[in-house]
Parts: sequence; C-alpha cells; structure tokens
Amino acid sequence: MNDALLKTIFGRLTWESFPLHEPILLVTFIVVILLGAGIVGAVTYFRLWGWLWRDWFTSVDHKKIGIMYIILGIIMLLRGFADALMMRAQQAMAFGANEGYLPSHHYDQICTAHGTLMIFFVAIPLVVGIVNFVMPLQIGARDVAFPFLNNLSFWLTVAGALLVMVSLFVGEFAKTGWLSYAPLAGIEYSPDTGVDYYLWALQIAGIGTTLSGINMVATIIKMRAPGMTMMKMPVFVWTALCSNVLVVAIFPALTVAFMLLMLDRYVGTNFFTNDLGGNPMMYWNLVWIWGHPEVYVLILPVFGIYSEVTSTFTGKRLFGYSSMVYATVVITILSYIVWLHHFFTMGSGASVNSFFGIATMVISIPTGAKIFNWLFTMYRGQIRYDLPMMWVIAFMLTFVVGGMTGVLLAVPPADFVLHNSLFLVAHFHNVIIGGVVFGLFAGIIYWFPKAFGFHLDPTWGKVGFWGWVIGYWIAWTPIYIVGLMGVPRRVNYIEDASLQPYFIVAAIGALIILVGILGFVMSIVMGIVKRDKLRDVTGDPWNGRTLEWSTASPPPAYNFAFTPMIHDLDAWYDMKSRGYERPVEGYRPIHMPRNTGAGVILSALALVFGFAMIWYIWWLAAVALLGLFIVAIGHTFNYNRDYYIPSEDVMQIESQRLQALKSAGA
Amino acid sequence: MRHFPLKSPLGATRLIALLLLLPALAGCSGDVMFPSGDIALQQRNLILISTGLMLLIIVPVMVLIVWFAWKYRKGSGAKYDPKFHHSTGLELIIWSCPLLIIICLGALTWSSTHLLDPFRPLDRISAGKPIPPGTKTLDVQVVAMDWKWLFILPEQGIATVNELALPVDVPVRFLLTSTSQMNTFYAPTLAGMIYTMPGMRSMLHAVINKPGESWGYSGNYTGAGYSHMRFKLRGLDQAGFDKWVADVKAAQGTELTLAKYVEMVKPTTKDPVVKFPTVAADIFDRIVKRCVDPSKPCLADAMPHGGSHGGGQMIGNKPVPALEKAPEDKGTGPNVTKPADPKVAPGQTAPGHQHNRAM
Repeated sequence: MNDALLKTIFGRLTWESFPLHEPILLVTFIVVILLGAGIVGAVTYFRLWGWLWRDWFTSVDHKKIGIMYIILGIIMLLRGFADALMMRAQQAMAFGANEGYLPSHHYDQICTAHGTLMIFFVAIPLVVGIVNFVMPLQIGARDVAFPFLNNLSFWLTVAGALLVMVSLFVGEFAKTGWLSYAPLAGIEYSPDTGVDYYLWALQIAGIGTTLSGINMVATIIKMRAPGMTMMKMPVFVWTALCSNVLVVAIFPALTVAFMLLMLDRYVGTNFFTNDLGGNPMMYWNLVWIWGHPEVYVLILPVFGIYSEVTSTFTGKRLFGYSSMVYATVVITILSYIVWLHHFFTMGSGASVNSFFGIATMVISIPTGAKIFNWLFTMYRGQIRYDLPMMWVIAFMLTFVVGGMTGVLLAVPPADFVLHNSLFLVAHFHNVIIGGVVFGLFAGIIYWFPKAFGFHLDPTWGKVGFWGWVIGYWIAWTPIYIVGLMGVPRRVNYIEDASLQPYFIVAAIGALIILVGILGFVMSIVMGIVKRDKLRDVTGDPWNGRTLEWSTASPPPAYNFAFTPMIHDLDAWYDMKSRGYERPVEGYRPIHMPRNTGAGVILSALALVFGFAMIWYIWWLAAVALLGLFIVAIGHTFNYNRDYYIPSEDVMQIESQRLQALKSAGA
Repeated sequence: MRHFPLKSPLGATRLIALLLLLPALAGCSGDVMFPSGDIALQQRNLILISTGLMLLIIVPVMVLIVWFAWKYRKGSGAKYDPKFHHSTGLELIIWSCPLLIIICLGALTWSSTHLLDPFRPLDRISAGKPIPPGTKTLDVQVVAMDWKWLFILPEQGIATVNELALPVDVPVRFLLTSTSQMNTFYAPTLAGMIYTMPGMRSMLHAVINKPGESWGYSGNYTGAGYSHMRFKLRGLDQAGFDKWVADVKAAQGTELTLAKYVEMVKPTTKDPVVKFPTVAADIFDRIVKRCVDPSKPCLADAMPHGGSHGGGQMIGNKPVPALEKAPEDKGTGPNVTKPADPKVAPGQTAPGHQHNRAM
C-alpha cells in the first residue's frame, strides 16, 4: 500500500507510535493489557457485565455516579502520584555531572501529565463525586435535577481520562506544562501528538464538568426540601453551590481558550501565535481567568466538608453560620478578579499589579474568617478525634502556612523574586495537599459509612493520615527553602550540587506520602474485608446533624421515603432533638428516573472522535462526530425515561430498615 | 553579610522571620535571601516584613488551634456549650483582625509595587546612597533564545552568550525580548524576574552592589533545553568591568551579524559562553520587530498593510495547520519516551533540526 493511502487511513499513527523500542514501557504496556484482560476475564467469568452495566454504568442515581467519580479520582491519583515519584527521583539525582535517568522529553511529559491529571482527573472528580453523592441527600432530594446529564458528565470525564492514559502508550503526552501555554503549545513548537492529546482530553472532560456544574446549580436552586430556605442550607450545600456557579462561569473561558488554540493548530488561525497579529498573552489571560477560580472550585466544597466534619465531631452547631456563608460568597466573587497575579512578572503597570495583588490579599480575609469560625466551633465543644476530625486539625495547621505564603506571593515585588521558583510550587502544593486533599480524605472517610453501610478500617486510615501529614511536611519544606534560594520550577537538572540534600529529603517525603496513599488504599481493602465488624446499621454512625444521616446506609434508591420538612439549620439534629419518629405507613409510589446507556455511548463516541482528531484520521473523526449527533438526537426521542417504585416496595424497604434499627437497639 | 538592614520596628517579628528562614542560611551565597543587588535586597526585605506582619496573626491562630484541639477534646471535662454558635463581638474581631493586617499589607503593596516597578528608573544605588549626578545608566539588551541568553551591550558594541558582567554600583537598564517563547529572565540575586516575549520589549531596572558571581536562570518553561538555560552573572568593579569589555572586544570571536543571529535562532542546548567583539547596529530593534532577516518586513511596518486581514504579514515560515496537510505530510506521531538518541536529537551537532524540540 502506498504512503498516501496508509496515512489517509491511519493518519499519523504508525508502528513508531507504540513503545516497541522502549523495553520498560513495553513491559508496562503488556502488563497493563494483561491486567485489563484479567479484569475483563474475571468480570466475564463471574458474569458481572450485566450487573455492572445495569446497576452502575447506565445508572442515573446520583449516589452511584458520585461513587464512580470517586473511584475514578482514586485510580487517577495513583497514576498522578507515580508521576510525582518519578519527578522526585529525577530531581534528587540530577546534579552536577549526573543528568538523572529521565531525558528532557520524558521528564517534561511526566511533569505535564502530573499537573494535568492531579487537577482535572483527581481533584475535580473527587470533589464532583462528593458533591454528587452528598448534596442531594443534604437537601432532601431524590436525585439531581438532570439525572441523565449527570451520567453523561461522568462518562465524558472518563473519556478524557482515558485519552490521557492512552497517550502513555500510543504517541506521547504534551511537553508543555500543565496549562500548555502558547506559543510553546502552538503547532510550530509542538507539532507532535502531545498537545493534541492534552487539548482533546481536557475539552471532552471539560464539557462533562460544565454540564455537571449546571446540573448541581439547578439542583440546589430548585430541589431543596420544603422549608429549607437558602439560609437553612447546610454549609456544604452552600459551598457546593458557589463552587458550581464558578464552574458554570469559568469553564466556558477555558473551552474557548482551548478551542482557539485548536483552531491555531488545526486550521492555521493566528490567535496565539507570535506573528500575523497573534498574541500569546491572550491565551495566558484566558486560561488564568479559568485557572484562578478553579482553585476555589476545588477548595470551596472542601471548606464545606471541614465545616460539616467540625460541627459533627465537636457536637456543636457551626460557629457563625451566616458569616461562613457570606465568606463563601465573597470568596466566590473575589476569585474572578485576581487572575493576573499568576503573571505579575509579565510587566503590567504597577497600578494594575497593585490592584490584582491587593484583591488577592483581600481573599485572605474571608478565608481567615472561616478558619476562625472552625476554631470557635471547637471552642466549648466536645471534640471526638475520629479520623475525619484528625484531618481537620492537620488541615488547619497546614493550610494557614500555605495561606501565608500565598499572601506573600500576592505582594508583587515579592512575587518578582519568588514567582516561577520552587517556592511557588511549594505554595500551591501546600494549599492543594494541605487544603483540598486533606479535606477530600476527611470527606471520604466521613461519608463512606453512609455510602456503603460500614466504616473504612480506622487503623489503616491512621497510617494513611500520618503518612500524608508527615510526608507532606518532609516533602515540601525543603522545596520552600530551595525556592528561596532561587531554583526555578520545572527544571529536570540543577547545576549546584550543594542543593542535592534538599531534594533527597523531598524525595523521602514523597515516599512517606506513598505510605499514606497505601495506608488509605489498605483502609478501603481492610474495610471491605472486615465489613461485618465495621458495619453500621443506624445510618447515623457519627451522630450527624444534616439530613443525609436520617436515611439508611446505604440509602435506598429514592433516598427518602417521605420528603422531609425543614424547620431549622442542622435539620437532622433538629429532628432528633424533637424526638423524631419514623413513619410506618402512608407510603406512596415514588417517581424515579430510568437508567440509560446513552451517556456511555455518547462518551465512547467522543473518545473515538478525540482520538481520531489527535491522529489526523479524518474519516474516523467524521464518522464518530456523525454518530455523536445521531445518538444525541436519537436519545431525545427516548420517552421511556421514568418509572414508579410501587408503594409496596417502598413499604418493604422501609420496614426492613425499621427492623434493622430495632434490632440494633436504636 | 550576616547583617540585615531591615528597617522594621517589629523587632520580635523580625526575629521570628529570621528563625523561619534559618534553614536557608545553609546556602547563603547568591540566593533570594542574600542578594547582591539593591532591588533584590528591597524585595527580600519586603518578603521579611510581609511575613512578619502575617505571622502576627498566623502564630496566635496556630497556637489557638492546638490549644482548643487539646482543651476541648472529649473527656477532658472542659466546659461544653453546644448552644454557643454566635457572638457578634467575636465575629467582629474575626473579620477585623485579618482586615487590619491586610490594610497594612495593602498599603505596603501599593507603595512597594510602584517603587519597585521594573519599568521605573532607579532613584538610588543602595540604601542611603543616592545616584551621583552625571551617572550614566548602562543599557543591556537581553534576548532569550532557544535555549541560551544573548546579551548585547550597545554602547560598548559587544555581545555575549550565557555570561553577563555588570559594573558594581552603576544603574543598569535591561531591555528584554525573546525569539520564540515566552521566557523569564530570572536573576534572583539582582532584581528578580521579568518575562521576555517575542515581538515585545520589556524592561527592568537594577543595580548590583557587590562584586561576585551568581547564576541567572530562565524562569519560564520553554521546552527541552529549558533546564540548562542559564547564565553567569558577574559583578565587577569598574576596572574589572572595563577589562571584561576589553577582553570581549579582543576575543577571537565572530561578529554578531544579522546572518549569524539567524543561525543562532535555531534551538541548541548547553551552549558555552560566546563572546562577540562587534555587533550589527540596530540588531535588537530588528529582533523586537521580528525582521532580523532583511527580506522580511518589520512588525511595525507590516501592521498597517494587514488592514482587513487583522494586522501583519507572515514573518518567517508558517507551519501548515493539521487540516490542510496532505496525507503524506501528516508525519508520524512517535512514542518518544525512549532515551535521547544523538542521531535523532542532534542538539549541538545539528542546530535547527526539528528534533531538537523533542530532545
């Protein structure tokens, strides 16, 4: 076959695109394929495909989708952390005459993949997953506003994650840093498949995140239980609302920035090129208009988690509820007007820099108020140190340091010496690990018994806790210090061998974090193994205060047999203190959304479309796009979208629960 | 050099700040904490003052966290008051304490940002040492290339690659641009950093106050050769500087002609120090306007011609976008995790080879 025909059929996909020349990667590739085949085989052998497809993949139940998001996040965390270990190893050895074991082209891909994965495919899925699972339960709803959209959002995120994973073995990933700045990411300087993988993976996943944001906002606005006014919403719901308002507002900016970069690469426009009127600075502005609020998209719901956990484990109502709410709203608004602090050093005038610097500092006021509110919630409380509360204390002590270095970086002249140095890298790991990650663990451990009816293993959970907390400080303190010595970020080699001890300590810290990750994974495994011992039948293992603890663990598909009436903040605590009695009769049929496979199919087509565009296989892209349209339109003609759970079934489920409660003596 | 000319009334705070930075003492030569230039020194002081200001609130908060966490643990017998969830007085303090700190810090930010604006000419050599009248500012033109630093001293008519010498206590004005990437000129001991951008000219005013050597870096990731893109920054007394200039002039190097520059634009890594005894006139202006190649129209000249096309003619060879590629021009998408093959990634031996971008 001649070359032109081959390239028409396969685009730029050739044998060279597979790692046949690289024994380590080839072995990894084969192991992954064998492992995948093993899992597929096991699922087939145990005849689980039908169950997986019917009960999980096609499910529109917000609880199951939330759990699937969290599983995705944890799997991607392992991949992203493997990248981190490789970078730490490289930086620990590449000094003086030793250039380390990773050549630039490999190190740069790992560096880019680490950042991209950790933000887009670890932090976002974990946050979205927890919001998905918890928020409808907290507002007394039966599902989200658009259940099918929720399923589609999840699978689009999976499609994006799969594209990044494919780039490990077919072609390469971007070598441009986690935001793929123009002009480096333009076709002139990055003609390979890497940036295309990056762009298509994030576009597809980004659509999912945007849709999910719309869904959550609509749910919170429209589907609260009667009596739950805005100022009676749990703080977690407030933070989820603000976070998703941010998502709806900012993700379009990112989509547009990526779209314009795609046009530059595919059609030859000049939005972000150096010549012909293009301006790379526009790209920087657009991505950071997304990028800074994105930080708050992640941290706000996590602040909500801390609030719920603190209030529950101190046995007190949250101190300063309304100031907490206002602080959240103020942070939401301010987060839009600080993006320029990511490039003070680009040379904007002093007045512009001062404005953005001071706006950034102002955010620390409501954030500080939040810390004080948690502090005074603890004041005159009875603090039970279960794992979630341990994470809260670790967070507070770690996060204030990150907040301080953040405000320091917001002072433009200080930023002029610290920006783009490892000090900056240490700062954002301080707030993301010490803020977002710690809170996600607190949240997962806190709500796990709600989702599955048994606790995670607390002993291994403590191993996880101490591994992360100690590991964090050992890994990142030396990076702060070398940042103060002027070591730039993203380097894979450092001339000055006297700095090596710092990086070796940092690598040891990373290994301690690995212990933390393994401890967490083990707490899941041992939790499942010892689930009968760790079982909770009450549905309210922590003596919770919000509505999700009023229903069974795991909650029935319909969440609540009767929609609760809300009279006060901390609705479940209020109900308990008024001597709430569960109704035993009067059940009605419950209207529920029906599962659909359309989300999986659409996302699979989006994945094929993205892959074909990356590899220049135009015919396949056209076919996949056409398929996308046909399935999407076809799905709108599917009128078989809902069903009723008969009242007898509800009665049966509820009386079983009452029996269980009775036998548990509750 | 262990002395901190910190003009802050916050004695105790200063001490804490210093204690915090103690680990940094280990590598005391040429880092952010022990700079050799007045601008970097003021930036360092600002870091210490801001840190001190913030510690005023951070330290008590951390103490309170630990104290409350311990005191109110279950079973401690401390007072339990589940109804305590609001206190107007406390909330006032909660919001006003951070506010006060931020007002101070904001005022400091506003004034220091204007005073230390990189575009603003210096008004002193160092603390208490004004610029002597008649002092001539030294112009240094900086070009960030893939992946090396080109310094042009127009008055001296010389240029160097990856090495820069500055006379001590003479105000310097850097004019900076870049050939292809958004790059960052980062001289931590001198004045921090500023972006260098293709088709644009940024500016940085600085002065070096101590003789000695330190490193300058590229601060913004630009591709394969980024980690090795750094330059030696030498502070020399006036006599030493004159000698250095004479040395460059006497070097057996080639001239920095337009043709030589066009050749240098091609990506290379780990470039040794190169000295150019003479420099083509106006080369820096041509670099900024992206018309070093005499056959190409300059950016400013080209702009009006663009008219309805959105400004500017093509300068350089534009790559063919993906959708316009003929099948045989699609190229391949190799998996490039393998170790660098010197034949495939030619680096120094074949500058300009496309594979250099994927070394």
